[in-house]
Amino acid sequence: MKAFAALLAREIRLAARHGGDTFGALLFFFVAGALFPLAIGPSPQVLANTAPGIVWVCALLAALLPLDRLFGADFEDGSLDHLLLSGLPASLVALGKAVSHWLVTGVPLLVAAVPLAVMLHLPNALLPALLGGLLMGTAVLSLLGTACAAIVLGARRGGVLLPVLVLPLTTPVLIFGAAAVASEPRANLLLLGAYLAACLPLCPVAAGAALRGAID
Amino acid sequence: MVTPRLQAESLSVFRGDRLVLDRVGFTVASGGALLLLGPNGAGKSTLLRAVAGLKRLDGGRLLFDGSDEFLGKVAYLGHLDGIKPGLTPAENLSFAARISGRPVGPALEALALAPLAGLPARMLSAGQKRRLALARLCVSGAPLWLLDEPTLGVDAASVAAFGTILAGHRAAGGLVLAATHLPLPLPDATELRLG
Repeated sequence: MKAFAALLAREIRLAARHGGDTFGALLFFFVAGALFPLAIGPSPQVLANTAPGIVWVCALLAALLPLDRLFGADFEDGSLDHLLLSGLPASLVALGKAVSHWLVTGVPLLVAAVPLAVMLHLPNALLPALLGGLLMGTAVLSLLGTACAAIVLGARRGGVLLPVLVLPLTTPVLIFGAAAVASEPRANLLLLGAYLAACLPLCPVAAGAALRGAID
Repeated sequence: MVTPRLQAESLSVFRGDRLVLDRVGFTVASGGALLLLGPNGAGKSTLLRAVAGLKRLDGGRLLFDGSDEFLGKVAYLGHLDGIKPGLTPAENLSFAARISGRPVGPALEALALAPLAGLPARMLSAGQKRRLALARLCVSGAPLWLLDEPTLGVDAASVAAFGTILAGHRAAGGLVLAATHLPLPLPDATELRLG
């Protein structure tokens, strides 16, 4: 527990020191979201209908951006060896990385989703369903992303491989998340929760095994 | 007869198709040191990574205090320093310090890094970064130190300071395994020639 807290503190301190990475993902989220009205026209009705999908796809893509460096930096400078020798099992190191990715990228995206949704004319009554879905959806993204980032670690062109690996796995999140805003919020949010409950134990275990393989 | 704390029996490790370590065995007693010698490519680094548990063994077994669980008992110093350029030296050590509960100050002091404690590590020279990596060993509190060319790029005064640290670690019952081509301040270390 002490080692896990130390790992989280380390990750958050590093993220704070290299704030550009977090800020970059947020900026991407906004810029990508702002492109849609330019492409599909400014009609409030069209935008309101497409807003949940736009916010979800942009959040998904923005959350991908920092994944490349999630383990990459530690792998290249040798710190990954130290993390794995810290007394934590590899799967908990991976869980710590996933939690830190969520805190540093997922939570800011959640907050930033509000102004973007308002900008896209999403009716205020639908905001809770969007944010409830994003709350779980970003957590799933962090978990899946961590597992995939660990799997491509050490591979050449891993940065290209990563989205190809992560995005297909996130399709259930996108489907349930966007559907929760459109209709039946309760059922879709429960399905999203079920997906999160499955990812929570499985992704860190897979990521831990992949990390062991990467340094071997 | 002192019972050895670290026992390695016929360790074998493949790298790709090549057998790098072929049934290597050794024991290290409490306070003991083992110096790994051999030409480049003889498997010194591989042996250290295998003992650390970072490289999977293809044969043989390793016991530390009679158990094959090494998690949390090992401090490893590889070729890479594992220093984050954006953090100060003290912050770089704080992860290890929080886990072991040991203070960072004396370790920085011992390797003459205290005057640099407030600078980001990217301002340090290569030798100073290596000294910072050495300081992390002191903070770790692990009984088994695995050192891969620990004094590469480090000046003579700091090597002497590191000798004092190594002596203190061994006097407290710690173990040292080191691979090096440079003279290391490890008096009466057992030598193991590989390759």
